[in-house]
Amino acid sequence: MMSYILRRIAYAFPILVGVNIITFVLFFVVNTPDDMARMQLGMKRVSEAAITKWKAERGYDKQILWNTDAESFEKLTDTLFFQNSVKLFLFDFGRSDSGRDIGYDISQRMWPSLAIAFPSLIIGLLTCITCGLILAFFRGSYVDFSGVIICVVMMSISGLFYIIGGQYLIGKLLHLVPISGYDTGLNAIKFTILPVLVGLIGGIGASTRWYRTIFLEEMGKDYVRTAKAKGLSESRVLYRHVLTNGLIPILTGVVVILPSLFMGSLIVESFFAVPGLGSYTIDAINAQDFAIVRSMVFLGSVLYIVGLILTDISYTLVDPRVRLN
Amino acid sequence: MPVIFITDAFLFLLVMMVIAYTLYARQHAHLRVPWHDVAQRPLAMSAAIILVVYVVVGLLDSMHFHPRLEATATHDAIYSSEVVSVLDLMLEDLYQNTERTYSAPLASHAFSKEMLDLPDGKQIRDYPRLIYGGAHLDDPAVERGADIAKHILVGLAYGLVISLVVSSVILFLLSRAHQLSFKQTWHKAWHNNFVVSWTAIIITLNFIILLACSIYSLAQHYHVFGTDKVGQDVLYQAIKSVRTGLVIGTLTTLVMLPFAIMMGLMAGYFRGWIDDVIQYLYTTLNSIPGVLLIAASILLLQVYISNHANDFNSPEQRADLRLLFLCIILGITSWTGLCRLLRAETLKLREIEYVQAAKAFGVSHFGIMLRHLLPNVMHIVMISIVIDFSGLVLAEAVLSYMNIGVDPGMNSWGNMINSARLEMAREPIVWWSLVAAFIFMFVLVLAANLFSDAVRDAFDPRLRH
Repeated sequence: MMSYILRRIAYAFPILVGVNIITFVLFFVVNTPDDMARMQLGMKRVSEAAITKWKAERGYDKQILWNTDAESFEKLTDTLFFQNSVKLFLFDFGRSDSGRDIGYDISQRMWPSLAIAFPSLIIGLLTCITCGLILAFFRGSYVDFSGVIICVVMMSISGLFYIIGGQYLIGKLLHLVPISGYDTGLNAIKFTILPVLVGLIGGIGASTRWYRTIFLEEMGKDYVRTAKAKGLSESRVLYRHVLTNGLIPILTGVVVILPSLFMGSLIVESFFAVPGLGSYTIDAINAQDFAIVRSMVFLGSVLYIVGLILTDISYTLVDPRVRLN
Repeated sequence: MPVIFITDAFLFLLVMMVIAYTLYARQHAHLRVPWHDVAQRPLAMSAAIILVVYVVVGLLDSMHFHPRLEATATHDAIYSSEVVSVLDLMLEDLYQNTERTYSAPLASHAFSKEMLDLPDGKQIRDYPRLIYGGAHLDDPAVERGADIAKHILVGLAYGLVISLVVSSVILFLLSRAHQLSFKQTWHKAWHNNFVVSWTAIIITLNFIILLACSIYSLAQHYHVFGTDKVGQDVLYQAIKSVRTGLVIGTLTTLVMLPFAIMMGLMAGYFRGWIDDVIQYLYTTLNSIPGVLLIAASILLLQVYISNHANDFNSPEQRADLRLLFLCIILGITSWTGLCRLLRAETLKLREIEYVQAAKAFGVSHFGIMLRHLLPNVMHIVMISIVIDFSGLVLAEAVLSYMNIGVDPGMNSWGNMINSARLEMAREPIVWWSLVAAFIFMFVLVLAANLFSDAVRDAFDPRLRH
């Protein structure tokens, strides 16, 4: 097991290098530091001196890959690529273009993201699995038919509608919870209710329909027929056999997004003014702060790859037929 | 003088490809049968008709030209620098009749109070009359309700006539084609015994005609969905946005399709190091959060455009380039899913006898992929195209909200939502831009979802019985 995990981590390394190179090319070669400086300082009428100063302050004035002016090792390390991209591997994110410590910001902001994303995931899973199971139980009936139609309709509504509608209905008309904002400690709960609810309703259509398909697929299998032939009741077959076997693809599918929960949801966080990583990213995009966007791209890739590894491991744990190879 | 934007060219290329595909599919039973299965489903056919209406609107909006201003004896023709589309000509009233600022749907008065001069020289603060909306009424407070009802009824009456004509023409053509009497045709259509579910088509068409006629009748004198901040008709914006949604939904797939198919087939067929490289490529691209990649690329495009501002003749051209670029970026982030599916399917197919036989006969690798593998994975491509469409339309709105979508000056549902969102805090709330955008988007996405369900059911061999 241990060697399998180590091998998977070794496989992940080239992918991270690839991500790193892509982001480096995008942010430093296609779009040179000069362009960035002009963007930040105002497009027109920027003096060369101001650009040089801006670049020097952020260390963007170095040579790209190979520093011919430096001594021995520093030829490699004192370069744009090393300083900005290689350091990401050590999770040293450096400073944002506005001078803040990105690593510190991330460590502060990931908790609000998690406070929204984790309950959304758990409540969403429970609700959608229940709904999916109910639809599968009543398969072929009007309950099933109308349920699927409702799912398709709910899938077809833009997520923005749920957010805006939720804010208007629950926050503004009914005054049940605050429309947006965040607070520390236990006070945060009342701020998380609305985003979690909106996230739940927004995702319920697609997930329920998908889970229903999974359960229906399980129901068609031989072991279900055997269980019924043994004389087990319909509900017992459903809970003991169909549910447990259907959960395998559902839960292993969830594992891949578990680490990414830290990243938060861009849209939900920015609409509800949650100071998480999602709104951090959006603010960086709007302020065109490339250093932050670059760090978030790398962090997102790392978390995704961790998720992939966890998925593979969870397969081996849940399904004894899968061998480690 | 016609102007062809890049996305226009691509859209018309796409239309030609669809026509070519239709002709091809008619000839081949393995494609004809599943499509007949789709055509048999009433829900799918209703959805298809709605999609066709959207596509027609989008295509009319894709025929751009510089309007001719005047042709005198001394000059040849002078062309305006403005670019308009055929759809703009048809909706000229909606486009021209702008108010000064917000007005509610079907309103006769503006949304906010202004200082008004009374005839006797005094000033009061009141809601001013609109320039166009309900301008023909003497006393809107009394007459407006009855007038709106009258216009709807007139529209419905015209609509009824048109829909009767259209339905009879369809039934007449059907009876001619199948050499049946009119009554037999009606009977057969009602029981859904034709290859195509004509009843669903006729009912949906009639419904659309009635709706369009009553809205058209109302739009002569009112702003059906109100006006926005600069007084532009919201209905006009929503209709103009159709093209943007369609372009995003279709061009993205068109752009990524060649890559996904080629890479997927090669990875599955050759295996070995080619497979490793391609798998590495798509895992790497997949692990970059899609939204961030799009954001980064759009930021770069903005830098490029502002550095090369002189290369563009018009803001429309710039917006069009950004739209195309957005499609390409969305394509890059979304081809991996299809590629993985194709690779898995090819891995299975390459072991099947007919591929082995082709190999034994010395057919080239390229020949095997083109003749034997590609046709057998086309159903996966087909399903993925129709399923991706609705997701892409919805994604456009989200991206535009984050300012990394289409050009802010372009009509799109995302931009409508984005600009309306800033007015959410107003009291009473300005809701009509939001509602109009959501309704137009919802109808398109719902139709696409229903249609794609039918296509998936018909083409997926695992679901076929």
